[in-house]
Amino acid sequence: MDAKVDMPVTEKAKLSVRDLNFYYGNFHALKNINLDIPENKVTAFIGPSGCGKSTLLRTLNRMFELYPEQRAEGKILLDGNDILSSREDVSLIRAKIGMVFQKPTPFPMSIYDNIAFGVRLFETLPRVEMDERVEWALKKAALWTEVKDKLNQSGSGLSGGQQQRLCIARGIAIKPEILLLDEPCSALDPISTGKIEELIHELKSDYTVAIVTHNMQQAARCSDYTAYMYLGDLIEFGPTAELFMKPKRKDTEDYITGRFG
Amino acid sequence: MSNGISASSAAIAASRQKMQAKRKRVNGVALSLSLAAMAFGVFWLIWILYETVVLGIGGLNLATFTEMTPPPMAEDGGLANAIFGSMLMVGLATLIGTPIGILAGVYLAEYGQKTWLGGTVRFINDILLSAPSIVIGLFIYSLVVAQLKSFSGFAGVLALALIVIPVVIRTTENMLSLIPNALREAAYALGTPKWKVILSVTLKSARAGVMTGILLALARISGETAPLLFTALSNQFWTSNLGEPMASLPVTIFKFAMSPYENWQKLAWAGVFIITMGVLALNILARVLFKNKH
Repeated sequence: MDAKVDMPVTEKAKLSVRDLNFYYGNFHALKNINLDIPENKVTAFIGPSGCGKSTLLRTLNRMFELYPEQRAEGKILLDGNDILSSREDVSLIRAKIGMVFQKPTPFPMSIYDNIAFGVRLFETLPRVEMDERVEWALKKAALWTEVKDKLNQSGSGLSGGQQQRLCIARGIAIKPEILLLDEPCSALDPISTGKIEELIHELKSDYTVAIVTHNMQQAARCSDYTAYMYLGDLIEFGPTAELFMKPKRKDTEDYITGRFG
Repeated sequence: MSNGISASSAAIAASRQKMQAKRKRVNGVALSLSLAAMAFGVFWLIWILYETVVLGIGGLNLATFTEMTPPPMAEDGGLANAIFGSMLMVGLATLIGTPIGILAGVYLAEYGQKTWLGGTVRFINDILLSAPSIVIGLFIYSLVVAQLKSFSGFAGVLALALIVIPVVIRTTENMLSLIPNALREAAYALGTPKWKVILSVTLKSARAGVMTGILLALARISGETAPLLFTALSNQFWTSNLGEPMASLPVTIFKFAMSPYENWQKLAWAGVFIITMGVLALNILARVLFKNKH
């Protein structure tokens, strides 16, 4: 399916996907994806399970490379430079493109060290500045007031929602340019979900955000652009309001109105 | 008659009663059998512990820990040289075997998971894991003792280390495999290089399990006799020279318990008591460590 024709995005693209095909062994999971993720906006990916939205997200920071049987063909341009064929160390690319996963993944260390871990990989900061950075990231992730008195306690002692915000804070702390969120709220209760959605809204002033979600209301609430995917194809992509109010394709309409999926 | 779909609710209820009663009877039989099996096992275990404690404590006094192994039919004497030799050899073997085992386990779990080399190493390690310890003793005998023409504590350490390594490899690999990939991915997503992901995230998450493996390996070699019989042999005197034959608790017990001399037999029981309590303490420590984590 060629999504290029109805690409309505006029904003500056931060990340451009060009003719992307993705394979799990012999299984063709993403078919000729073309898409521009605009800068300082939230782009949501929706679609039924197995449609390839998480797979797409995992190609954007080359996470799939951890598994030898997975491969991607095509181009992913970050500010115009292809990151798939880039000679640049993949660690440096990932430092620019942060990712938060479905399940919270606190590292086996204190709350403070969870945040400082990523920072220490690329920066040597004096203690005071590191303290400031940790506080800044935790404040950004709306977690500071809840943990400021127990920074030395283990991160795994926090509640699920707090752990997820810790993971977001950890991602922000290394100051990436893009944040990829892979169903960040699927394991959370509505109150934690609400906090994270507010957070996503605030984050877009500094970051480009891409979020995969099963929850269409969530996509409608917190994204500026939405992409609907089905069986490895990008079916429709456009401003969220437009896609939800007057979708161009019948498939999209069926999905968002609940007649399918 | 009920035939599937048209069965009346009364017929279904009767059938449920009947099937449930049968399940209860089967459950009763299985439960009695497993209880009996457990009682059988525990009976012997408690008997062994009882004999060990009763006979062991009798031969135990301060001299056991301060005096050397006595000649036959002497008045007093202790196990000091054997205890020291055991601790020295077991400690060194653990120090040598642990890093090798952990590094190899990390290779198997994090690098060589699906490779040909990884599969081969894993297979060979499983064989080594179940190899009779006497084979390892004989191997070191022919490799070290026969070449140097002398039994030595050093050879004993090598034989024990060869027993430690496969145990630590196995537990390290298993514990690392339990760490969810999501945690690794989260670390990679920050731009963490692989060695650092392993060191700071996966190995750190698995440390309680890895420690447990080390302690269990330590407990296992504390009681090994066969590999020491052909390597460190024994020594009547105190020595900390690894180039000389060295006494150890299991070999001393073996020698003393088989002897006709009463004082030796008494000391053998004291040695059995010391080893049993030591291994018990290690096992409890391993359990506590593991429980704290899970």
